[in-house]
Amino acid sequence: MTEQLDSGVLQPQPATVPGPTPGIFSQPYWDACARGQLIYQQCAACSAINLLPGQRCARCASEDVAWQPSAGRGTLYSWTVVWRPQRPEFQVPYVPAIIDMAEGYRMIAGIIGCTLDDLRAEMPLQVEFHAVANDIQLPYFRPA
Amino acid sequence: MRTSRPATPTLSDVSHPYRNVAIAGVFNTVQARSLPGHSSLSIAIEAAHGALADAGLTVHDVDGLAGQFASEMGMMLGRGPVSRKLTSLGIPAIIDAAAMIALGECEVVVAAAGGAGIYTERSSTAPWTRPTNEFVASYGLFTAAEFALIARRHMVMYGTTEQQLATVAATIRNNGHVNPGAVFSGKGPFTADDVLASRMVADPFHLLDCSMVSEGGCALVLVHADRVKDLRTPPAWILGAAGDLYGPAYQVAPSFDLGGRGEFGPNGVVGRRAAQISLRMGGLRVDDVDVGEFYDPFSFEIIRQLEAFGFCGEGEGGAFVDDGNIGPGGRLPVTTDGGTMSFSHAGINAQQFQRVIRGVEQIRGTCQTMQVPDAHVALCTNGGAGALFTDVMVIGKERP
Repeated sequence: MTEQLDSGVLQPQPATVPGPTPGIFSQPYWDACARGQLIYQQCAACSAINLLPGQRCARCASEDVAWQPSAGRGTLYSWTVVWRPQRPEFQVPYVPAIIDMAEGYRMIAGIIGCTLDDLRAEMPLQVEFHAVANDIQLPYFRPA
Repeated sequence: MRTSRPATPTLSDVSHPYRNVAIAGVFNTVQARSLPGHSSLSIAIEAAHGALADAGLTVHDVDGLAGQFASEMGMMLGRGPVSRKLTSLGIPAIIDAAAMIALGECEVVVAAAGGAGIYTERSSTAPWTRPTNEFVASYGLFTAAEFALIARRHMVMYGTTEQQLATVAATIRNNGHVNPGAVFSGKGPFTADDVLASRMVADPFHLLDCSMVSEGGCALVLVHADRVKDLRTPPAWILGAAGDLYGPAYQVAPSFDLGGRGEFGPNGVVGRRAAQISLRMGGLRVDDVDVGEFYDPFSFEIIRQLEAFGFCGEGEGGAFVDDGNIGPGGRLPVTTDGGTMSFSHAGINAQQFQRVIRGVEQIRGTCQTMQVPDAHVALCTNGGAGALFTDVMVIGKERP
């Protein structure tokens, strides 16, 4: 029986799970996470939001892209309860999810701070950061 | 200003692009949970020889190589100089092989694939299922979880049930159960309740909703139509082929309504455009398809593809399955060899080719089990919405 099940409330993964390796276009994102802030890359010309940060807008190809602060709020678009861990470091059950962010983009993150029975489509969520490997603060979401 | 895309050429205006391309040989090696003594390359080479023998040809006839290990095979088959294409994956590699012939570069092209000895660290999911992308790696995603995110959203939108997913899995696993060549031959039969009783992997997918991992090789031989008279077996013909892509697999949220260019809809129906192009290329409608050799990484993918290709309406895939349409004698029997759930799933490449190989066997009428009577048109697929791509190839009995 894992710690997750004992408490009944979904917890962040241990800091030993693999951490992301920032790239040249994503370093600002992880730097912001370390400050406890979620940011996203938006095009100044057409307002489109890049799902993956890059040097140009993925919609209109403008190079005028800039990082914007997110309020860190969203709703639950889809999720899965994982019982077979990807690697042994992951404690099950865990809940990867797609979050519909208030600013109009989607991101993947883990859901914590609720029980499996609490999970509902469109439930309001709030970002929260927890440490993983590579000195990264990883965004998770809990019920708002 | 051009306001619409140019129409795909049809039989009425030009000769069919694959008119001179015949699928002449297909072969599956022994498929098993493990094949000690083999590497991915060695089992792919066994498959290449097998497919050539099936066609009544030998390596001395080969002047083109495509698919996984195309470069290595130049040396291992003692060939040279030969033409070579580097696309490794599934239907796009078969399209490469067909193009080598259609464009006049080659007469006999082998496309082979194999997987053996690459999944050894069993406490983790298979290595090719673990994304390293920085935005997803730390959340423990792997292929089953990615596809589950799509399935869950479909359940939210349309009320699709776990029971309907389980019906798909039981149908395909039973196709494998009766197939003597399947890795899980004789392991059934299964009911939907058996699937629902298996342990949960990534909700809503139980273990038996998921593809398995095995080892094996397979290959296809494509020849110029002028060589058809020399063949051992009747050829199958490529009536149409195309691919849909929304982005790199396993790097962004694989959401149901990601993207979407106008008429073709979002990622949740990825493959719709590819199927429309493929069928139009052959002058066919969806009603003309006799058998669906669909890629089945997870049970839900079948329901999704039925809707995307237009075999039923959006949100009606679950009911279509409930009504018995995909089983033996149904409107559209699917994945008749047992697919990746029961026949084989040897890594990244081989099981993609195997959907087309089974389509060829259906068109030839040589399936030992689950032969669809008088099958003239098979729609074969690769990929899925959880991976942001779906490739389609339609093959048939008559030369286009």
